[in-house]
Amino acid sequence: MQAVIAYIAQIAFLCRKEVLAILKDPANRIILLAPAFFQTMLFGYGATFDLTHVSYALLDQSRGAAAREFVTRLDGTGVFERAATLTSAKQIASVIDPGKVLLAITIPADFDQRLARGEGATIQVILDGRNSSTAAAAAGYLNAIAQGANAARGAAPPITIERRAWFNPNLNSRWQIMPAMIATLSMLQTLLLAALSVAREREQGTFDQLLVTPLSPLQILVGKALPSILVGIAQSTIVLMIVLFWFRIPMSGSPWLLYLGLLSFTGAAVGIGMSLSAFALNMQQAMLYSFLVIMPLTMLSGLLTPIRNMPEVLQLATYVNPLRFGVDLVRRVYLEGAGLADVATDFIPLVLVAGVTLPLAAWLFRHRLA
Amino acid sequence: MSEIVATVVSEGLRKTFTAPDGTSFNAIDEVSFKVRPGTLSAFVGPDGAGKTTMMRMMAGLLAPDEGALSVLGVDVRRDPQEVQNRISYMPQRFGLYEDLSVQENLDLYADLHGVPLDERKERFARMLEMTDMARFTQRPAGKLSGGMKQKLGLACTLVRVPELLLLDEPSVGVDPLSRRDLWQILEQLIGDEGLSVIVSTAYMDEAERCDEIFVLNKGRLLAEGTPEQLRGKADGLTYIATPADGMLARNLQARLIDARDCIVDAVPRGGAVRLIRAQDHEPASVSELLGGARIEPRPAELEDAFMFLLRQHETSGEGHKPPPLTAGASNAAPAVGSEDSGSEREVMIRVRDLVRRFGDFTAVANTSFDVVKGEIFGLLGPNGAGKTTTFRMLCGLLPATSGQLDVAGVNLRTARAAARARIGYVAQKFSLYSNLSVRENLEFFGGAYGLRGKMLRRRVRETLERFNLDASATCGLLPLGYKQRLAMATGLIHEPDILFLDEPTSGIDPLARRAFWRTITALSDEGVTIIVTTHFMEEAEYCDRIAIQDAGHLLALGTPREVREQAGNGETDDMDRAFIAIVEQGRARASDEQAAA
Repeated sequence: MQAVIAYIAQIAFLCRKEVLAILKDPANRIILLAPAFFQTMLFGYGATFDLTHVSYALLDQSRGAAAREFVTRLDGTGVFERAATLTSAKQIASVIDPGKVLLAITIPADFDQRLARGEGATIQVILDGRNSSTAAAAAGYLNAIAQGANAARGAAPPITIERRAWFNPNLNSRWQIMPAMIATLSMLQTLLLAALSVAREREQGTFDQLLVTPLSPLQILVGKALPSILVGIAQSTIVLMIVLFWFRIPMSGSPWLLYLGLLSFTGAAVGIGMSLSAFALNMQQAMLYSFLVIMPLTMLSGLLTPIRNMPEVLQLATYVNPLRFGVDLVRRVYLEGAGLADVATDFIPLVLVAGVTLPLAAWLFRHRLA
Repeated sequence: MSEIVATVVSEGLRKTFTAPDGTSFNAIDEVSFKVRPGTLSAFVGPDGAGKTTMMRMMAGLLAPDEGALSVLGVDVRRDPQEVQNRISYMPQRFGLYEDLSVQENLDLYADLHGVPLDERKERFARMLEMTDMARFTQRPAGKLSGGMKQKLGLACTLVRVPELLLLDEPSVGVDPLSRRDLWQILEQLIGDEGLSVIVSTAYMDEAERCDEIFVLNKGRLLAEGTPEQLRGKADGLTYIATPADGMLARNLQARLIDARDCIVDAVPRGGAVRLIRAQDHEPASVSELLGGARIEPRPAELEDAFMFLLRQHETSGEGHKPPPLTAGASNAAPAVGSEDSGSEREVMIRVRDLVRRFGDFTAVANTSFDVVKGEIFGLLGPNGAGKTTTFRMLCGLLPATSGQLDVAGVNLRTARAAARARIGYVAQKFSLYSNLSVRENLEFFGGAYGLRGKMLRRRVRETLERFNLDASATCGLLPLGYKQRLAMATGLIHEPDILFLDEPTSGIDPLARRAFWRTITALSDEGVTIIVTTHFMEEAEYCDRIAIQDAGHLLALGTPREVREQAGNGETDDMDRAFIAIVEQGRARASDEQAAA
C-alpha cells in the first residue's frame, strides 16, 4: 500500500510540475485559451456551405411576362442577387471569367412564345465550375425554383419529393461543422502541446535530469500525458460552450457520454503527440512532425468531406485516424443524441490508437538517442 | 592613410545592458586603454567580465553607450563598416555552415570577403597546411570535432590578411591538445605576417604568451601591463606548502581557502598547495593554518596576480560578491587527517569491461575501474574521447552494449530505478525548469526521488539554507553562479550516496570555482562518492583518482601523482602537460599497433 502511494505521489509531483510549467509561461497561457475561442468563432461564421449570396448575370432575350415572372421568383428567394444584366451571349464570359458572378442565366427569345403554345421551354444556366460544390448547390436551388414555377403554372411534374432532414432540420452546414469542432480544435492544440512536452525538455537538457530520477517511463508518461489531456478537455469545453450558447446549436445527447468520448479521443491525440515528441530530437522537429500529421488527420476525418466519397485505400487509412471517430462520436452524441450502445464502435479505434501510441512514447523516452 | 600610433584607443567606454530580471548593469564600465600596433594583446577575465562585449564593440557590432572608441584610427561608432572592412573578427561560436564541407566553407568566406581568385589558391593551401586539415577538405564542417571546428573557424577568419585580428575566446570548450595546436597556428601567423591580434581568454597560460594584458572584471578594467608587470603585483605574497606525509593536498587547501581573511587564494597542484597570502597579513599568521606542512616562497605567476586582482576587486565592494556557500554540517575544514588507505572502503561503483558501440563506432572500449565510498573520481579526456559516453552509462542515461556496471551495489543493467534512486546528477548545461521558482524545482525533484510530506519540507528547507538560495527566485533569472549552485542543490536533495557532475565548472569564474570545489571536498568528507568530468586539468588535483580516456580507451588510471609519473618527461606538477603527454603516448601506441597490424 505504501509503495502504491509512493508511486502515485511521484506521478502527482510530475503532474504538478507540468501544470506549473504550462501555466507559468505567459505565451503558453494565451495559446491555451485564445486560439480555441477565436478559431471557434472563425469556423462558426466562416466555414459554411450554405448558399446565402449567389450573384448571377441575366441575359433576358425574350423580355416577356413569363420570363419576368421567373426572374421575380429568383430575386424573391433572397439568395440570388443580380450582379449584371447582359445584352448579348458574348458578354457571359466577361462576367464569369473574373468571378464577378457564379452563374449566368439565359432566357431564350422564344421563351414566352413556347410557353404560350404549351410547349416546353428551356432556360440555359452557365455555371462557374471552378467552385464546384457551390455551383452544384446553386444549380439544385435553381431547379427547385423552376419546379415551383411549373407548379404555379399548373404544370405539376408527375413526381415530387417532400423532404424532411432529421437532426438538422434546415440542413444548416454550421450544425454539421461546429459540433465536430469540439473534437477537432482541441486536437490541434493538444497534439502540439504534447508534441512539444518531451522535445522541449530534451532541447533544454531537463529530460536527462528527469531520466536520472527513479521515475519509471510509465510514471513519466502518465505524469506528462495527464496534464495534456486535461488541457485538451478544457479546450473542448470552451468550444462546447460557444457552440451551445453562442451559436445556439441544441445538444441532444448526454454530456457524460460526450465527455467520455472526448477523454478517449484526447488520450489518442496526446498519444500521437507524445510519440512524435519522444521521437523528435528538438522542438523544431517536433513542430514539423506535428504539422505533417495534423494535415492528413484533418483531411481524412470526414469533418468537411464525406469519407464515403474517398477512394477505398484512403477509406482504409481513416481507420487509424482518431479524429475520424472523434468527429463521428461527437456529432452523433451531440446532434443525434446517440447513446453509448450506438457509438460503442467509435471507442474501439480511439482506445487502440491511445493504447499503441502511449506505450510507444514511453519506450522511446529511453531508447531514442541523439 | 596616416601612421597609426595605436590600433585601438578607448576612452571612458561604457555599455549598459538590461539583465533578464529587468535591472540594468554596465557590461563595460568607464574603460580606457590603448593597444599598440603589431602586438598580441589579451583581454582576460572571468565569465561575465565584459570580454565579449568589448570585442563586439571593437568589431563595430555593438555601439558603445558612452565614451570614445577608435579602431585603426577610425571612430567605430561613426563608421563601423570601414572598421569591419579592415579587421577580421572570430566570435566565440564561429558561424560555420555545418552542412557544407571544409573547402566549401573556405570558399564561401573568401567570396564574402571578396578575396581575388588568384590569391585564394595559395592562401587556402597555407591555411589548410597550418591547421593540418588538408586531409579533411571534403568533410562536412558539422562532422568535425570541437577543436577542429575552432581551427576551421580561424582559417575562415583568415582567408584574407586583416590589419587587426580579433579573437573572442578561441579556445573555449577546447581540450588542451587542440588548444595548444590553435596557439601554435596563431603564433606562426603573428610571426610570419606581423598581424596585430587582440584575443580574449579565461586561460592564464594563454595570456602569458601575450605582449600586453588587460584584466577585466564585472565591466571594470582592473589592471593592464606586460605579463612581467602584472606578475609583480603578487610579488612576495606567493608560497608553496607541501603537506606532511599522508595528508591530502586538497584537505590542506580547504583549510587555507576557508581562511578568507589572510589567504587570497589556495589551489592544490602537484601534491602541494600553492597559496597567496593577503597583503596585510604577516607570513607568520599563515603558518598557524598549515598544520605542520612545509612552506616555501615561490615566484609569482600570472594566475596569482589575476586571483589577487579579482579578490581585491571583490573585497573593495565593487565586484558583486555572492554570499558564501556554507559547506553544511561538517562546515569546519576537515582535520588535516591521514590519507585513507582506500583498500578497505566500500566499493560504490564497479565497472568491468564496459563497452559502448554506436553502429560500427566504438565510443567506449573495454573499460574497467572501481570507485570507493567518499572518493572524488575524475574522468578526463579530450573532446570526443568517450568520457561523456562513459559518464552517461554510469548514471543510467545510456545503456551499455556489454560489460558489468554496478552502482551502489545495484546492477545498473537489471535494477535501473533502484540504482538511480541512490545517485544525484548535475548536468553540464543548466537543466532545471527555468520558469519555475527555486522552491518549485527543489520540490519537484525531491518528489520525483520519492520524498514527500514532512521529509520533503525538511530537505527543501535544509537545502535552501545550505546553499544559501532564495526560494522564491525564478530559476531562469538567476545569475550563472547561482544556477550552478541550484543544480548542485537539486542533485543533492535526496541525499544520494553518489553524485555525478558533468563539467560542473565550465563557464563559472575562478572564485566561484574555488567555492564550488570547497563544497565538493566537504561532501566527500561526509562520505558522498563523487564522479566528475572536467576539461580544466588543474581541477584534477582535487580528485583522489583520475581516469584519462582517449578514443574510447582508458589510458591512465590512478592518483594525480601516479598519472603525472606515468606521463614521465619530468613533468611533476603541470597536469595540462601530463595530460597532453599521456594522450600523445596513447595515440602513438595506437598508430604503431595499426602499422604493425
